[in-house]
Amino acid sequence: MKEWRYKLAECRGALIALAVFLLLFAIYGSNHPAGFTLNVVTTAANKGVLLALVAMAQTLVVITAGIDLSVGMIFVLTNCVASAIVVGSPWMTIFGVIGVLATGLLCGAINGAIVIFGRLQPIVATIATGAVYFGIALWLRPQPAGSDIFNSDLADAFTGKLAGVVPSSLVALLGVVLLIWIPFRRSAVGRDAYAVGSAELAAYMSGVSVRRAKFVAYTLAGLLSAIGGLFLAFITYSGEASAASGGNYTLFSIAAVVLGGVSLFGGVGSAIGAIFGALIFRTVGDLLFVFNLDPLYQPLFQGVVLFLAVCLGSVRLFQVRNRLDLFG
Amino acid sequence: MARIPSALRRIDPAAATAFAFIFILLIVGSFYSRNFLSAEYLLQQLKVASFLGVIATGMFIVILLGQIDLSVPWVVATGGMMSAAATAYGHFGEALAIPFGLACGVALGFVNGFGVAYLRIPSMIITLATNAVAQGLMVVHTGGFSPQDSASSAMRFIATGETLFGLPNALIVWALVGGAAVFLLNRTTFGRYVYAIGNRERAAYLSGVDTRRVVMYAFAISGGLAAFGGILLAGYASKAAQAMGDPYLLPSIAAVVLGGTSILGGRGSYLGTVAGVILITLLQSILSVMQMPEAGRQIIYGVVIAVMLLLYGREKLQR
Repeated sequence: MKEWRYKLAECRGALIALAVFLLLFAIYGSNHPAGFTLNVVTTAANKGVLLALVAMAQTLVVITAGIDLSVGMIFVLTNCVASAIVVGSPWMTIFGVIGVLATGLLCGAINGAIVIFGRLQPIVATIATGAVYFGIALWLRPQPAGSDIFNSDLADAFTGKLAGVVPSSLVALLGVVLLIWIPFRRSAVGRDAYAVGSAELAAYMSGVSVRRAKFVAYTLAGLLSAIGGLFLAFITYSGEASAASGGNYTLFSIAAVVLGGVSLFGGVGSAIGAIFGALIFRTVGDLLFVFNLDPLYQPLFQGVVLFLAVCLGSVRLFQVRNRLDLFG
Repeated sequence: MARIPSALRRIDPAAATAFAFIFILLIVGSFYSRNFLSAEYLLQQLKVASFLGVIATGMFIVILLGQIDLSVPWVVATGGMMSAAATAYGHFGEALAIPFGLACGVALGFVNGFGVAYLRIPSMIITLATNAVAQGLMVVHTGGFSPQDSASSAMRFIATGETLFGLPNALIVWALVGGAAVFLLNRTTFGRYVYAIGNRERAAYLSGVDTRRVVMYAFAISGGLAAFGGILLAGYASKAAQAMGDPYLLPSIAAVVLGGTSILGGRGSYLGTVAGVILITLLQSILSVMQMPEAGRQIIYGVVIAVMLLLYGREKLQR
């Protein structure tokens, strides 16, 4: 009988994020000048899915009590790679897509190797690797550019509407969740990742393969960022090595992860919550446009909303019984 | 086993490695051009390093606590823009430009500190939020344009002047700030509390330290120093600029960490931070003089940080 209460408590963060997102999107849709049409939803979905993918990547790493400051740079790098090799005939395109995903996997694996075998703290290791990935992206695309034979059919398929009813980006996101997140979450490796994030020493003592869990988490994070980069190439048909964009996506992914109920200390939360956190973050930015607020105030509005949302996380202070629980 | 002589034992191996690497960097640079070993070049580098150094000092104190301050970009910009804006209010404003800029930075730092210490919000996210709010405030203040106010003469003096034996004023300012930081951390109880909290906050709390107040003050100091860095930058360029603080966030974290400070807190010496700052400044300068394309610069920057960390930043193997 009490089983459902435990399950509810576990996904409380994600459910709150979902509720807030639905509320915000309803306000957005109802006030949009073009009305609550499929086109409006598709455009919003395309933008939201980009951040959602990077946020999912960040979640995987944060669950293991790490942090990945290079997700934005992997995103930018794979975007540049995609703009160059997802080209030509269907076979070339397929190999191009595989190449992009492999790049992401490799970047994630390098991150994981440095953190695990180099025994460096994730925050500084990923700052260093992020710089390297950005350098490679800049070498590939010194100027924003696309390929003449970029496979725009594939791009349009993913950024348009499926059967004229549902934005295909959302379907793709659902596919990613079903094919990558759910298997990870339900597997032994996923359980190990949560254990490692919760209490690494206890997990090690219990025989959990700490190394394997972390390595898979970082590698999958690279893969998800790569899917994001591929998707950005689908939207823009080009690749741009923008440091500002990479940095923004990294920091916004951290914000989205926190908004989605994932704890930065590790061991708690789900990528689904992070998806809704990312969608909330994007919708808040769009709300200003819809309400015709002076664009000058947009950064302030976004900042204040983020600040308040983050302060809400301190509500758990009221649940603390023993003052000592505040520390340590 | 041979004993290390007691005089050498006190030298922090990380700081020593960083200084050795600076030396190697200068030698490598001198193969490219003789000018790398000239006094003017070195003094110029030290002057540029002073801006990063002041900001890194604040970051050092926060990292010693085991926290992180990601609000540096826009607190730096706030310090620069607010102090430049104050000069538009006549003589009274011009005299108070620097304290006003500092006060803005300290206020933002207090907000960070309150969130981390009393609301127990992870420092990474609250400082990100403060960064976003500071950015919003500055965008509203400047109307989205580049700020038109110019820096006061005092700001320009401390950033670009040269008094004492031809040493740049900025370097002297960094030396004073660094000296104050070393005094604060090594000779006051506040500094001792900082190291204690960085090691184990729970133990420090149980020992009677008001850890929350110490954390709040540390973030306030960090905010003030970041704003001071912004004031120096505005003085150097004679005006503030949008996003002037963005290039200082990751280098300041890297400088502190390259100096041997543990990112988890509780361990680190200021000398290491000084070495890290000089190392990063020299690296960026040498790469730009070699006219290495930006792509190569980023890669080398990342590789150097990774290699140096692998030398002395590794955690103990858990058994």
